Amino acid sequence: MTTPQPQAAQPATPQAAPQAPPHAAPGYWPGTAPAGGTVGYVSPIPVRKATLMDAVAAEWTKIRSVRSTIWTLSIMVGIIVGIGLLIAAGVNGAGSDMRGTNALAAGFFSVMLGMICVLTLGVLTISSEYGTGMIRTTLTACPDRIRVLTAKAIVFFAVTFVITMVCTALVGMIDTGLLDDQAEFASTGGEWLKVTVGTSLFIALLGIISLAMGTLLRHSAGAITVMLGVVLLPLVVAMFMFTESLSSLRKALFEYSIPMQLSVFYGVSGDDSATSLSGWDPLWIMAIAAAVALGGAYASLLKRDA
Amino acid sequence: MIEAVGLTKRYGAKTAVHNLSFQVRPGAVTGFLGPNGSGKSTTMRMILGLDEPTSGRVTIGGHPFRNLPNAPRQVGALLDAKAVHGGRSAYNHLLSLAQLGGIPARRVDEVLGVVGLQGVAKRRSKGFSLGMGQRLGIAAALLGDPQVLLFDEPVNGLDPEGILWVRNLMKQLAAEGRTVFVSSHLMSEMALTADHLIVIGRGQLMADMSVKDFISANSADFARVRTPETEPASREKLTAALVEAGGQVLSEPDGGLRVTGLPLPRISDVAHGADVRLWELSPHQASLEEAYMRMTQGAVDYRSTADQLAALAPPPPGPGYGHPGAPAPQGWAPPEGNPYPVLPGEQPNPYAQAPAAAPQPPQAAHPAAPQPPAGPPPAAPAPQPAPAPAPAPAPADLTKRDSEDAR
Repeated sequence: MTTPQPQAAQPATPQAAPQAPPHAAPGYWPGTAPAGGTVGYVSPIPVRKATLMDAVAAEWTKIRSVRSTIWTLSIMVGIIVGIGLLIAAGVNGAGSDMRGTNALAAGFFSVMLGMICVLTLGVLTISSEYGTGMIRTTLTACPDRIRVLTAKAIVFFAVTFVITMVCTALVGMIDTGLLDDQAEFASTGGEWLKVTVGTSLFIALLGIISLAMGTLLRHSAGAITVMLGVVLLPLVVAMFMFTESLSSLRKALFEYSIPMQLSVFYGVSGDDSATSLSGWDPLWIMAIAAAVALGGAYASLLKRDA
Repeated sequence: MIEAVGLTKRYGAKTAVHNLSFQVRPGAVTGFLGPNGSGKSTTMRMILGLDEPTSGRVTIGGHPFRNLPNAPRQVGALLDAKAVHGGRSAYNHLLSLAQLGGIPARRVDEVLGVVGLQGVAKRRSKGFSLGMGQRLGIAAALLGDPQVLLFDEPVNGLDPEGILWVRNLMKQLAAEGRTVFVSSHLMSEMALTADHLIVIGRGQLMADMSVKDFISANSADFARVRTPETEPASREKLTAALVEAGGQVLSEPDGGLRVTGLPLPRISDVAHGADVRLWELSPHQASLEEAYMRMTQGAVDYRSTADQLAALAPPPPGPGYGHPGAPAPQGWAPPEGNPYPVLPGEQPNPYAQAPAAAPQPPQAAHPAAPQPPAGPPPAAPAPQPAPAPAPAPAPADLTKRDSEDAR
C-alpha cells in the first residue's frame, strides 16, 4: 500500500491513453503519435541479426586496440624467444652434454616464464571491462551474455595459441640448430608436435582459465594474484612438504602442478619418475579444467548483476 | 515504449527500488527525476537487463531487454560517460560496439559526426574531458539508430553549447517518434527539455504526469497585484472585492497582493468594477525546480545540515555575541519549518497530498481581513496563522512512512 495513486492513475492499456489519467490536462502526451501501433520510429539502416561472428569481430577490435594487449604480448614474445635464445646460446657455449633428452627440451624454461603474461592478459581481457564499467556498455549492445563471453574466449584462445605457436616454433628451431649435436637423442616429428602445438594449446587453455577467473572475480589484481597462486603455489607447497605422512599429497601436488605438466611436453622429467603423466595427458587435464572454469564463469555472468 | 510493472530491487536489507510502475511512451521526452540515491540509476540498469529485478518486471516494446531481438538496433543507452576503456580510441570503442550489434562500420563515422568528435576520433578516450566523454556516450547510444533511448545525466559536464545541443537532440529524437527517457538533476534543463515527468523518491513513484501538470500540482501559480501605495483604502477595497469574486488573497510584505484562484483578466475586471486602479498585475509562474523541491523534500536521503562551526569555536568573548549553545549562526540558519508551505489555492498534488495537507490550517484559505501596514513577520512570505508547531512536520511524516515501507 505504498503508492496507491500511481497505479490508479495508470491507464490500463496504452490504447486508452487519449483520455489520459484523471489529473492530466489535455496536452498530456505532447507530440504523441496516434497510439495505434507500437513502432514510433523505423531506422533506415537495414536490420541484421547480430551473430557470434559479429561478437568475435568486436572482441578482436577490442583486444587489438588497447596498448596493454600489445605490450603484454610483446613482452611474452620477448621472454620466450629471448630467454630461449640465451639458454640455447649458454648451453651451446658451455658445450655440456644434454643427457637423456633431445635439443627441444632446452626451450621449456622460457615458455614457463612467458606463460605468466598469458595469465595477466587472460584476466585483463574481461576484468578491465569491469574495472572501467565498459561491461555495461558491452552488455547493453549485446544482451546475450553467453555470446559475449564465448566471443572473448574464442578470440583470446586464438591469439594466445598463434603467438605461442610462433614463439615455440622459433625457439625449437634455434634449439635444434644450436644444440642438436649436444643432445643425446635427435628430436622426432612427434616431439616437435608436442613442443609446438601441444604447448600452445596448453597455454591457450590456461589463458581460458584466467579469463574465467577474471569473469568470476571481476577484479584485475585479485584475479591475477589468484592465477599466479594456482600456477606456482602447488609446486612451492610441495617443495616444503617434508613430512612422510603427506608424501602422497606432495607427489600429487608436484605431479599436477602446472609447470610440471608443461614439462611433460618437453620430456624434461619424463624418465626420472617425477611425474606419472606422459604424452598428451596434460592437455586433457587442462582442457577439463578450462571447461569447468568456463562453465563457472558462464553461470556467474548469467546470474549476477553486471 | 518502456513499461515497468511492480519493479522492485533489493540489495540485502536495503530496498533501492520499491514497487515502481510506470510507462514511458514514444514521441515525447520523458524526464526521470529524483534525489540522489532515489533509485534512478538502478531503475535504468534494470530496464537494460543489467540488474535483475527482485520482483516485478520491466519490458521494452513488450519484451524484457535480454530477450529483445536485435537489442542494439532497438535500444540505445548512455549510462555512465566514464564506462569506456580509457586506452581505446573513440573510433575503436564505437567500432567494437557497432560490430557487436551487427551495425555497418560506416555508421561509426556518422555518429562521430553527429556528436562532433571527428577531430579526436583516433585519440585515446583517457584524455577526454567529461563533456567529450558524454558526447562519446551519446554517440554509442545513437549507434544503432534505435527507437528507444535512455540517457542517465546526459548533460553532466557539458558546456553551454553542448547543453543546448543535447536539449535539441532529445527533442528532435522524440519528434521523430522515438521513446526518450532522460534522467537529470538539472531542473531548469528538464523544464526546457522534457514533456513528461516521472519522479521517484526513495525508490518509489512520486509523480507521473506532464511537466505542466507537475508544476501546477506542486506549486501555486498566482497573480501579483499592486494598488497605488498612496491609497491604502483601495487596497482593502480590492481585497474585499476579490474575495467576494471567489479568489484567495494574501498580502505580501512589500504591500503587494498575492491572488490565487482568479485568472488575470478577471482580476482586472474586478478591480475595474471596484473602481480601483492597479499599478501592477503580473502572473507568477512557479518553476519546475520549486515544484520538484516541494515534492521531494521528504524523500531526500542526503541532506546537508548547517555547518556547526560554533561547536568548535572558542567561547565567545562576552555576552551579546551569541549563546554558546546556539546551533548555528543566526544569519544563515536554514529556514524554520517547511520551506515550501502549501499555499492556499494550490492544486493538491495527488501523490504527496496526504502527508502534506495535514498541517494546513483551515482558516488560512480565507484570510478575510488582511492587516495591510502592520505586516507579517519578514521571514514568512505569507501570513499563515500557526505556521508549523515542529520544524517541518510534513517531511517528517513522509519520511516515516517511506522508511517503514522500505523494510
